[in-house]
Amino acid sequence: MATLTVKVPPFGGFNFENSKRNAALEGAVNKVGSSLPAARKTGTTICGIVFKDGVILGADTRATEGMIVADKNCSKIHYISSNIYCCGAGTAADTEMTTRIISSNLELHSLSTGRVPRVATANRMLKQMLFRYQGYIGAALVLGGVDCNGPHIYSIYPHGSTDKLPYVTMGSGSLAAMAVFEDRYKPDMEEEEAKRLVRDAIAAGIFNDLGSGSNIDLCVITKGKVDYIRPHDEANKKGVRTGDYKYKRGATGVLTKVVTPLDLELVDESVHTMDTS
Amino acid sequence: MAAGATMMMESGQRFSTKSDLVPDWARQEVSTGTTIMAVEYDGGVVIGADSRTTTGAYIANRVTDKLTPIHDRIFCCRSGSAADTQAIADMVTYQLGFHSIELDEPPLVETAANLFRASCYRYREELSAGILVAGWDRRKGGQVYCVPIGGMLVRQPLSVGGSGSTYIYGFMDANYKPGMSKDQCMELAATALSLAMERDGSSGGVVRLASISEEGVERRVILGNQLPRFSTH
Repeated sequence: MATLTVKVPPFGGFNFENSKRNAALEGAVNKVGSSLPAARKTGTTICGIVFKDGVILGADTRATEGMIVADKNCSKIHYISSNIYCCGAGTAADTEMTTRIISSNLELHSLSTGRVPRVATANRMLKQMLFRYQGYIGAALVLGGVDCNGPHIYSIYPHGSTDKLPYVTMGSGSLAAMAVFEDRYKPDMEEEEAKRLVRDAIAAGIFNDLGSGSNIDLCVITKGKVDYIRPHDEANKKGVRTGDYKYKRGATGVLTKVVTPLDLELVDESVHTMDTS
Repeated sequence: MAAGATMMMESGQRFSTKSDLVPDWARQEVSTGTTIMAVEYDGGVVIGADSRTTTGAYIANRVTDKLTPIHDRIFCCRSGSAADTQAIADMVTYQLGFHSIELDEPPLVETAANLFRASCYRYREELSAGILVAGWDRRKGGQVYCVPIGGMLVRQPLSVGGSGSTYIYGFMDANYKPGMSKDQCMELAATALSLAMERDGSSGGVVRLASISEEGVERRVILGNQLPRFSTH
């Protein structure tokens, strides 16, 4: 009796079927001397701090593809819930999708519990998912928000480890930003001072790290309010050209003028009309 | 889990394309370089750890708390991969909490240690976790169980772990005597951890100590400038 093989429909989540093929392709391509296109990574500087009334998240806005800037103004501060936002560094697609998935699950969870979601819950969901994928999802996140237990900031690494701290930085520019924080952070700062500190930390990343650049986005989360300031500071406005290489007729004096008519024979003429209706 | 995970062991460099924009330390896994230790005394245990978590040569967290509560009177000291140990500790906390409610009494330290061992041994190829389980229960008092990489389980009156532990084996052998009091154990732990932090690059920050007994858990932090100092400087 013939056995039927039932086609199993793919279920949700990530599909790693192509990773073997990609590894083989990479080998073959390297032998010829060229390289595969790189995934778009947000080089990035992101950071978060806890201040007197809540948390402030900051991020730059440059997305790179190898050494080229793919997006000069991308948004790295993602919505998780009305009181929780998350900055993402690492592979752009991974941070975007991971935060969307957790945001969706958190909303369902919040409807089920009937309560405003807590930052610790979002942290648990993110770390358990990233650990499950053993670091293959390249998402390094700074999670921040205000809930019934106060303001919280978490840093979450691609392999699934998390740290709960008063100030964190992530991304290639994190060392520059952390230097600014370690110098000027104080517990219980006022909002304006805290915003200046975050702005300066991201600016340090933008101007000292090649993978970060363009503008500074800020997100201030307090008990009742969220201020999504995009952009907070256009640190790298495109300059206006001061000169022009086009010279007007008459700028250069004419010494001699020789006109030679060329005898050309018309060989073929075909007219194509465009439908401009 | 096996098929995907065996790729993982050498995967570190394989799947990352060369990029000057992503520095080396941003590609490394987060590890608790570490020095951890646990000592039994009559009536309880004293546990201690440093506070440094590294990604390559960058210190990701200089005030880490590696002494993780598993239950009211049971703690674990974590060393190895931060992600692996946090995930295992979360799982064991859940399993032990459930078990304790079923039992309707506080769980045994040996039970907690066995739960750790079960996970660490089953997934020994995929994990990088060295854990010390320590606590107090009514049946056997203060106990220290060592669950190193590979998933062995052994009870010891004194145990050290982590990359910095290699520098203090001699010190521990020379200075530990059975029958010490709680304060003597605390002092021994503080001194031992300071010595290890002095010599091991992956250990540093502050010294976190905790003592667990029938009365409860008492936690202490010794900041960098308050650490004992030695003749080399």
